[in-house]
Amino acid sequence: MIEFLNSIQNSLIYKNFFLVLSGLDNTILLLLISLPLGFVLALLFALGRVSKITLLSRIIASYIFVIRGTPLLVQIYLIYFGLGSVKFIRESFLWYALKEPFWCGVIALTINTVAYGAEIFRGGIQSIEKSQVESGLSLGFGKFLLLRKIILPIAIRKVLPSYGNELILMVKATSLVSLTTYMEMTGIARKIMAKTFAPVEAFIAAGILYLFLNFLMVQFVKYLEWKYNPHLRLNN
Amino acid sequence: MFKFDKLVFGDAGWGDEFLIATLMTLLVSILSMGLGLFLAIITVWAKIIQNRITRFIANFYTTVIRGVPELLVIYLIFFGGNAVVMSIAKVFGYNKYIELNALTIATIAIAVISATYSSEVLRASYLAISKGQIEAARALGMNKFSIFFKVISPQVIRHALPGIGNVWQITLKDTSLISVTGLVEIMRQSRISSNVEHSPLTFLITAAILYLCLTTISGRVFKTLEVNYSKGFST
Repeated sequence: MIEFLNSIQNSLIYKNFFLVLSGLDNTILLLLISLPLGFVLALLFALGRVSKITLLSRIIASYIFVIRGTPLLVQIYLIYFGLGSVKFIRESFLWYALKEPFWCGVIALTINTVAYGAEIFRGGIQSIEKSQVESGLSLGFGKFLLLRKIILPIAIRKVLPSYGNELILMVKATSLVSLTTYMEMTGIARKIMAKTFAPVEAFIAAGILYLFLNFLMVQFVKYLEWKYNPHLRLNN
Repeated sequence: MFKFDKLVFGDAGWGDEFLIATLMTLLVSILSMGLGLFLAIITVWAKIIQNRITRFIANFYTTVIRGVPELLVIYLIFFGGNAVVMSIAKVFGYNKYIELNALTIATIAIAVISATYSSEVLRASYLAISKGQIEAARALGMNKFSIFFKVISPQVIRHALPGIGNVWQITLKDTSLISVTGLVEIMRQSRISSNVEHSPLTFLITAAILYLCLTTISGRVFKTLEVNYSKGFST
């Protein structure tokens, strides 16, 4: 038994697992900043997209078009390598954030998720029945109250499944930040693969952790769906 | 900041290199989309026949690949692909060193990823065909092959086209990750050029514009195809 445990402890997967695990906090840190920020900005952008101000709506539409039409890797590289090569940015206060791969990653991920999220929320807002808005208006709700009490709650709970998908895509997208020398789980896994030439072991170690993160994310979204859709629960 | 003169064709600029890189991106996307659809058909088949083992394998494959970052899958196939091919070759008695070229590795890696997405689309559109149609085909005495090619496939294609269009866009954008393997496509070309010219902004914006053109044009193509395939159906 003890021999067996020892052999496990000496196995490559076991060692790799803890090596990769040390990058977990970096991955989570990226998510903890970019996901909440992305959520709030996506809501604002969606409201701007459906607003009657044509110019604002057009600008946001073209922003969404550009971001959804280009790979995330291009966006990360543009922010990390591209902006860093411009002289006046290097001399401005922005440089304090842009010289760190971490903040470049956060900015790129946020920009990316805002575009996808805004499109998802726009679908939710536009799918609200007119009668519900009208009933709010007939109760004398102002614009802000209408937004807070009727439009946003209904829209958000309607799009929870598809926004959950986007959250999982974001967990996977954090791996790309490793290409800007930021050492999170994929970066460490890559280092292990290059060093030991045992790609399967490194892949399993990192893969298990990513699957676990995504599993947590799915459970979180399921909980939110359960909480905000009380009328759909089978037995209350 | 943005050096237009570096993008001319010929020796003075990088225009022709970018053209070739764009064609490479398209080639990888088309090859891996095709291989991915083939893998997806096998996966769907494994899921819908009533066999616990094949269904488990197919579900395991789609869950793992969709839950793990694309970059990790590419690294696995890039670093581990040679060893797998060599061990398979050993079984057939071939002991020399084999090296897969970058295009093969890229195609396989992207196909493995895109197949998981395609399989979900295809499965949903297969389930959308009403059972009565297959029963009617059987009643007419059609064998399995003609049922598949004459009844199931045409309808699956129609139902699946919008979803396949989405998968195509994802696949096209995923090919940018292939730059880590050294295959010279748009992303890799823009890194090479910006390293030579010390002007990353120019070439990265060029790359972004090229990707934008590719996604927009292919989006249009899929719209036209959808209209073509849904003739006679009001959608």
